[in-house]
Amino acid sequence: MAFVTANWNPLGEAFYRKIELYEMGWNLRDGLRDCLIAAAPYGGPIALLREPQRRSPSARPQLEIYSASGSTLASFAWKSGVVRQLGWTVCDDLLCIQEDGTVLIYDLYGTFKRHFSMGNEVVQNQVLEAKVFHSPYGTGVAIITGAFRVTLATNIDDLKLRRLPEVPGLMEAPSCWAVLTQDRQSKVLLAYGADLYLLDNTSCIPVTPPGLSPQANSIVSMCVSFSYKYLALFTDTGHVWMGSANLKDRLSEVDTKVRSPPKQMAWCRRPKSEQPSVVIMWDRHLLVVGTCKDTIQYHLDDETVLVPELDGVRLISSTHHELLQEVPSACEEIFKIASMAPGALLLEAHKEYEKESQKADEYLREIKEQSLLGEAVRQCVEAAGHEHEPDTQKTLLRAASFGKCFLSGFPPEQFVSMCRDLRVLNAVRDYIVGIPLTHTQFKQMTTQVLIDRLVYRKLYPLAIEVCRYLKIPEYQGVSRVLKHWACCKVQQKEEADEVVARAVSIKLGEAAGISYSEIATKAYECGRTELAIKLLEYEPRSGEQVPLLLKMKRSQLALSKAIESGDTDLVYTVVTYLKNEMNRGDFFMTLRNQPVALSLYRQFCKHQEQTTLKDLFNQDDDHQELGNFYVKASYKEKRLEARLSLLQSAVDEYNKAKNEFAAKATEDEMRLLRFHRRLEEDKGEHLMGMSLQDTLQILLSIGLHKQAEQLYKDFRVPDKRYWWLKLTALADKEDWEELEKFAKSKKSPIGYLPFVEVCVKRHNKYEAKKYVSKVTPEQKVKAHLAVGDLEGAAEVAIERRNENEISTVLSQCSASSDRALLDRLNRARNATGKK
Amino acid sequence: MAQTGWRDAPDLPDFSLLKRLARDQLIYLLEQLPGKKDLFIEADLMSPLDRIANVTTLKQHEVDKLYKVEHKPIFSTSDQLCFLIRPRVQTVKWVCDIVNADKAVGRFRQYKIIFTPQKFYVCDTVLEEQGVYGDVTTDEWGFYLLPLDDDIISMELPEFFRDNFLEGDQRWVTTAGSALHLLHSLYGPFNKLYGIGRTAKMAYESWRELLEEGEQKPQKPDIGNVFLIDRDVDFVTPLCSQVVYEGLVDDIFRIKCGSVEFGPDVTSSDKSIKVMLNSQDKVFNEIRNEHFSNVFGFLSQKARNLQTAYDKRQGMDIKQMKTFVSEELKGLKQEHRLLSLHIGASESIMKKKTKQDFQELLKTEHSLLEGFEVRECISYVEEHINRQVSMIESLRLLCLLSITENGLLPKDYRSLKAQYLQSYGIEHLLTFANLRQLGILVEQQPGETLTVMESKVGKLVNDKTAGKLTETFSSLAKKSNFRALSRRLTLVPKSDEEYDLRVPKDMAYIFSGAYVPLSCKLIEQVLERDGWTGLEEVTRMISGHEFAVSGGSNGGEARVKTDAQRIILVMFLGGCTYSEIAALRFLGKEKGLKFIVVTTAITNSGRMLEALLDH
Repeated sequence: MAFVTANWNPLGEAFYRKIELYEMGWNLRDGLRDCLIAAAPYGGPIALLREPQRRSPSARPQLEIYSASGSTLASFAWKSGVVRQLGWTVCDDLLCIQEDGTVLIYDLYGTFKRHFSMGNEVVQNQVLEAKVFHSPYGTGVAIITGAFRVTLATNIDDLKLRRLPEVPGLMEAPSCWAVLTQDRQSKVLLAYGADLYLLDNTSCIPVTPPGLSPQANSIVSMCVSFSYKYLALFTDTGHVWMGSANLKDRLSEVDTKVRSPPKQMAWCRRPKSEQPSVVIMWDRHLLVVGTCKDTIQYHLDDETVLVPELDGVRLISSTHHELLQEVPSACEEIFKIASMAPGALLLEAHKEYEKESQKADEYLREIKEQSLLGEAVRQCVEAAGHEHEPDTQKTLLRAASFGKCFLSGFPPEQFVSMCRDLRVLNAVRDYIVGIPLTHTQFKQMTTQVLIDRLVYRKLYPLAIEVCRYLKIPEYQGVSRVLKHWACCKVQQKEEADEVVARAVSIKLGEAAGISYSEIATKAYECGRTELAIKLLEYEPRSGEQVPLLLKMKRSQLALSKAIESGDTDLVYTVVTYLKNEMNRGDFFMTLRNQPVALSLYRQFCKHQEQTTLKDLFNQDDDHQELGNFYVKASYKEKRLEARLSLLQSAVDEYNKAKNEFAAKATEDEMRLLRFHRRLEEDKGEHLMGMSLQDTLQILLSIGLHKQAEQLYKDFRVPDKRYWWLKLTALADKEDWEELEKFAKSKKSPIGYLPFVEVCVKRHNKYEAKKYVSKVTPEQKVKAHLAVGDLEGAAEVAIERRNENEISTVLSQCSASSDRALLDRLNRARNATGKK
Repeated sequence: MAQTGWRDAPDLPDFSLLKRLARDQLIYLLEQLPGKKDLFIEADLMSPLDRIANVTTLKQHEVDKLYKVEHKPIFSTSDQLCFLIRPRVQTVKWVCDIVNADKAVGRFRQYKIIFTPQKFYVCDTVLEEQGVYGDVTTDEWGFYLLPLDDDIISMELPEFFRDNFLEGDQRWVTTAGSALHLLHSLYGPFNKLYGIGRTAKMAYESWRELLEEGEQKPQKPDIGNVFLIDRDVDFVTPLCSQVVYEGLVDDIFRIKCGSVEFGPDVTSSDKSIKVMLNSQDKVFNEIRNEHFSNVFGFLSQKARNLQTAYDKRQGMDIKQMKTFVSEELKGLKQEHRLLSLHIGASESIMKKKTKQDFQELLKTEHSLLEGFEVRECISYVEEHINRQVSMIESLRLLCLLSITENGLLPKDYRSLKAQYLQSYGIEHLLTFANLRQLGILVEQQPGETLTVMESKVGKLVNDKTAGKLTETFSSLAKKSNFRALSRRLTLVPKSDEEYDLRVPKDMAYIFSGAYVPLSCKLIEQVLERDGWTGLEEVTRMISGHEFAVSGGSNGGEARVKTDAQRIILVMFLGGCTYSEIAALRFLGKEKGLKFIVVTTAITNSGRMLEALLDH
């Protein structure tokens, strides 16, 4: 703590510091010599391939994957072809680019994921050099082939290979090259001797960096900044040219006095910094070059690799892992010797306060007088974020907290979130986890991605802790982690299905927004169908279970689940699926056990596939429905013969269904149809398709009494009905003579009131009166009233001493004309009333 | 009125929001197909659509011509065709035919099908099978609810009844769930939900699932409680003749989407007039819930008032006359016009309904409800069939007979059926099969003779005439759920008391005091008891699926009786009648509640039975 500035080195206006991140936990016998090495940015993992050129089967090269702290994540013998280049994707997958252009993708734990090829041209001409690059569109791969042509893919997850135009006159390997991202596309900058070419999709343009010293014969090395904004070139004269990547501006040119080509170059610049600088590495020698004439020199004890980061450069050697960066301004303000910045004063004040010295007050007063206390607190908080040592962080935060006491209404958010962030950062920087993120990187990366990385490394408990601590909504946080855990758990083949299922359900039990079907899908993909089914049982939304069940060919189960979900569309999906998958018999049998699905399918068949409907009923031996089916089909049929034969089929089916009634009714219909036909042949009357009643009505109305009589007998039409029919028909024709004959033919089953009524309806009171006498006593009053005979009605009513009837008659009498009658009726009513 | 002194019933929420939402969504969908287009509309969507967006609105959004979707070739010259249809296999096939016809002659157009309220998977299957899947684009118009009046919202899905209850096709259940969800998100959160019936339960569950998926914004509820009821819980009520004015108008003139077309016999001119029937119509609003016997009285009173208002003109000076003309006359004229229409309608109804036959018909119905003189009722029905009075009416009486008697004796069942077939043709064999499947018209099973002593005794007590003992004994052999329900819930008031229809004392007034609708009685009882406790026997007889649960996430806290809690949403799955709505309005007035009726469609005996025919 005392010597925070001990490792600071000035470069122009700025200071640079080299912080040790880890002492490497790996044990590399031969250091980093003869290795292909790739380290992922944002404190990602490191991949190492030893002696990649070795091809003999007896001594295969070893591929090793380590965390940033050097603990082994994976190690296996490399059995594929010769690897030219290693690289990491944005989501921490390892890319191994072989000399034949095949790219193999492994996960962090060395599990093979997939591979793809960079195209035929690459296969033919082999890979000369390859680079892996990151852009907003994902991870890309660029290759220079043996024919000195560039092939490039901007996003390996959406592979589109582009072969860039030829560079004129390029007959040997370019001296150096880099991939740029400009104007939303990836371009390649390529140096050939002293010439620079910019290659994009369609063109190859020679470019000249402004102000590049003309003595240079060749550009031997180049590098692009993390943000693709800046470019640095190293010439054979030992000059470093720094400028913007679009080659429009020059920042500076510095003579390093070293002529040998550097092993590696990297930009070292923090975002928004005014002081860009480049780190250049040779064997044992590291140089930081800025815009000023000064440089910083470091001696390297060991073979080292530079890993450019957003806000610095990491240096990885066989023993150490360090971070070289520009000292952040907040830290510089506070810790610079003799700094009078408000933050520095506050830190001092707090120190004095802890010593219980009254000087604390003096310092405080000094800040407050300039009313810079808020600024001071902010500086301390910010500086704490940039410090790596927890002790320094604490000191700064305490000072901030101390300063906050003297401020009213100071927003606490910055302080609180910094405390939280630091706690999380310190946890992941831990040696065991080995993700040396800086605060700047963390903010850029977002918590979400950090959690993903932890999950990817199977650090589930830590991930859950982080989620809980940062109060991330369960759905995006804990539940997601648990889901990944479960997906990982189901891949553990050594454990029994039962055990895994139980473990998963216990852990996930109460978490919100867990999709068991996703986990089950994973289990199924690993070939654990039984486990998948067990897991699906935990899925509360039955609809979610269906697609997977179908995929697993558990169609019966899928069908019942779909029905359970109440979503008919889902049921229908399964039904359609089953229809195509199964033979007809099995399909129908399945439906038979599922009434909901069956009725749904029937509905469909009714409109789309009538014959299937019939088969469906046949399969079920549903004779009743088959009968109905034939009856329905018979209406649509125009030809009589076909109609009869359909009806005959219906009769057969009804008989099988033991529905005698329906069979009989259908037979009757057939008889009626035949009767209609005869009638048409004999009399030319077209009655086809009419009901029995309608037929009778027409027969009677056109005077075919004999035929009507015959129907009446043949079909055992009830007497009442027949009488009604004939009565109305005769009255309609006003055939009063026939009517009278009919009335006298035998005793009317419907009584004689209807006779009276039909006559009255036809305004023939004369005829009506003929029947009044025949009407039963109960209806006589009505009959008399119908023909308008009030006297008669009154007579009967009084005789019958029926109060209701008397009242009915009374209501029909008018006071003026029927005086006498009224009196009589009233008297009679009173008499019956008394009794 | 049994209870007075209630506070004024709370105001109803504003349902015009539903219309606005539907309209905005439709416009959005139409604009997805830029440029001039012809719009083909499913026939039964025309009236509902008219309520949401009229022709002018459609034209504003580049709809060129409007057609009905039919099964015939089209004569459109437009290059863009838009179809607005229900998700029915038949209609989709028609659309496919149109597309295929175009293809056959090498004509290229843009086709877009808008399904409302949602698309079913089966529609895609049909498109695929007909080979036009790639040629059309599809969309969904989530038009679930159409407010017909301040307190009536219809889903306008008449096929719900047949599909769900007869065909066992549950596809519309989720639609009902979504409709409920829409209401919940706009007017919720609900405090408590009650329901009875299988479909009600499923609709409730479907709503629950939607609720869990989405988030409810905390808001002040407009609707407190919800009651879901299946139509098959109570078939008796819709089968009875309606005698409340609005119901009668529906039975006779058929109200379509809240408006009715009065023919020349009503308008006493040679034209038909279309009238909107809702609370905006002042005259109608006063008589809609009245028993028909009172309507004339009301109307003549109204006519007198109107006359008085007109008479004010006498003795006015010029200035007064001016204000009269500008302020009152228009209203009076409007009222006058409506009044004459309703008087015309009433007269027309009178002509049809007050004949001897109608009285006898009602008498028979009431006897059936009471279980009284059943043999005579059967002969009445028989005569009804024999004389071919009306196909649907006869069927209605048969069904009513079967339900109230819990099935017909095998002998009666056969003979009535045979006679019906003779009258109306053999195709009704299928109708009978449907009715039997639904349990509306069935044969008594020979084994079902066990009836408890209690019912025997109850029966004897109920029948006031001892002379009807033989009658009683013949019907003893039947297990009668309706009868038992009717006794337990006292659905049929004692008939010896005079029932004053002018001053109704209970919901039975909607059936001339002869019967309290079972559906509404259940609602009343459950609301009173705040659940189904004490109604176990009743639910067992209805064969249940009843539930009573607290609603949204924060339902438990609101213990205080807020206004919203006195607003009850009743959702009828399978349709409800205007009589039931009138009964609920009456109940609301009695208890200081307001009922909102949501129904899959407005129904009546005619519509219900027609849905069960097989053509």
